[in-house]
Amino acid sequence: MQNQVQASPELAAIEVESLNRSTFLIRGVLAAGAIYGAASMTPIIRKAFAQGASKGDIEILNFALTLEYLEAAFYKEGANVKGLSEEVAGYVETFGGEEQEHVDALKATITDLGGKPVEAPAVDFGDAFSSQDAFIQTAITFEDLGVSAYNGAAPMIESKDLLATAGGIVQVEARHAATIRFAAGEDPTPQAFDPALTTDEVLKAVQPFLA
Amino acid sequence: MSNTPRKQSAVTRLARDPVSRRRFFALTGGTTAAGALLVACGDDEEETATGTTSSSSTTDEEMTSQFGEGDLGIVNYALTLEYLEAAFYAEVVKSGLFKGDDLALIKQIGAAEQEHVDALTATAKQLGGPPAEAPMAKFPLDDAQSVLELAATVENLGAAAYLGAAAMIEDPEILAAALSIHSVEGRHAAVLNVLTGQEPTPDGAFAMGADMQTVLDEVQPFLA
Repeated sequence: MQNQVQASPELAAIEVESLNRSTFLIRGVLAAGAIYGAASMTPIIRKAFAQGASKGDIEILNFALTLEYLEAAFYKEGANVKGLSEEVAGYVETFGGEEQEHVDALKATITDLGGKPVEAPAVDFGDAFSSQDAFIQTAITFEDLGVSAYNGAAPMIESKDLLATAGGIVQVEARHAATIRFAAGEDPTPQAFDPALTTDEVLKAVQPFLA
Repeated sequence: MSNTPRKQSAVTRLARDPVSRRRFFALTGGTTAAGALLVACGDDEEETATGTTSSSSTTDEEMTSQFGEGDLGIVNYALTLEYLEAAFYAEVVKSGLFKGDDLALIKQIGAAEQEHVDALTATAKQLGGPPAEAPMAKFPLDDAQSVLELAATVENLGAAAYLGAAAMIEDPEILAAALSIHSVEGRHAAVLNVLTGQEPTPDGAFAMGADMQTVLDEVQPFLA
């Protein structure tokens, strides 16, 4: 595969021609405008894209992998939080294991497709582990963000097989989000349509957790 | 092929888990871009690709014609399921079996399903419709516990249906809309699973999709 030099490879990854067609549709249901957005990228993901092949799908997979690294690391540290209820501790173990499976599957897939998996980012979760409440709120942030990140990126995946796999992952993220919200006495489904976020919006949201 | 330890362990896991194995094969050995790329790279996983023949593809094509062709067919298939869900929750609310928090949750889930019905109806029209009509439905509403269990079944099925259909959607905007509904069905399913003492993620780390025939067979008992 050629090492194409592009002015902004990350933009190539998140532009989809057909998305710009002025088709109809559920306006207002989705933050549709957001899907088209393509602004500046943070260094971490610049690195992610630079390491990948020029295939858009691999770039999306590496974007997803970065998020999964964060989630897996978060639950791993979360297992040490003192005073977790039995219910929440159980979710930490199960959900953390599932995020790690996502990491493993994405890395293997990227490698199989001829790409190079990005490295795990250095993380800093601040005082997220100071109490069960703080932990739960951060977990909700991560899981909701994961849902919106996959929902925003998935329509740009070219391979139908990878799309199905991403769908299988995003549903699990949604299940995590709802379960933790419910355990915290919060609304498990705050909206009838989960919002989609652009890559840029997602990266902005995770920025506080990068060391 | 150089097997890194990481990859090895993933393969080991897959070997003892038929569900994940199927997904893995779909992922790495499919007949579309991924499979072609593997072959082109001379990767010795070609035999994986050989083993991926989907047993459901023919069925999916047949069932699509029941609802119409292409994206309109898929939208009407989804609309039919959402009609069933919305009708179910409306009856559950009326049944008087639930109070307090449980009733509030059921009302909220039902309202979301109705919003899905409205959105999909509008979408079908914009695709040149007509939208599917609401099916006649009947549900056993014996007691609170069995109703919650049925709700969990319905939501898990709904989530699997969207997941199974997503890859057949051609228009990216319709796909984006379907995905925004799909994850909400997943949320509903998880909460109802918790309420009925089941795992919130019963398929583990990778949710499984269901093809149209499987889904329609499952809902058949509820069609009047």
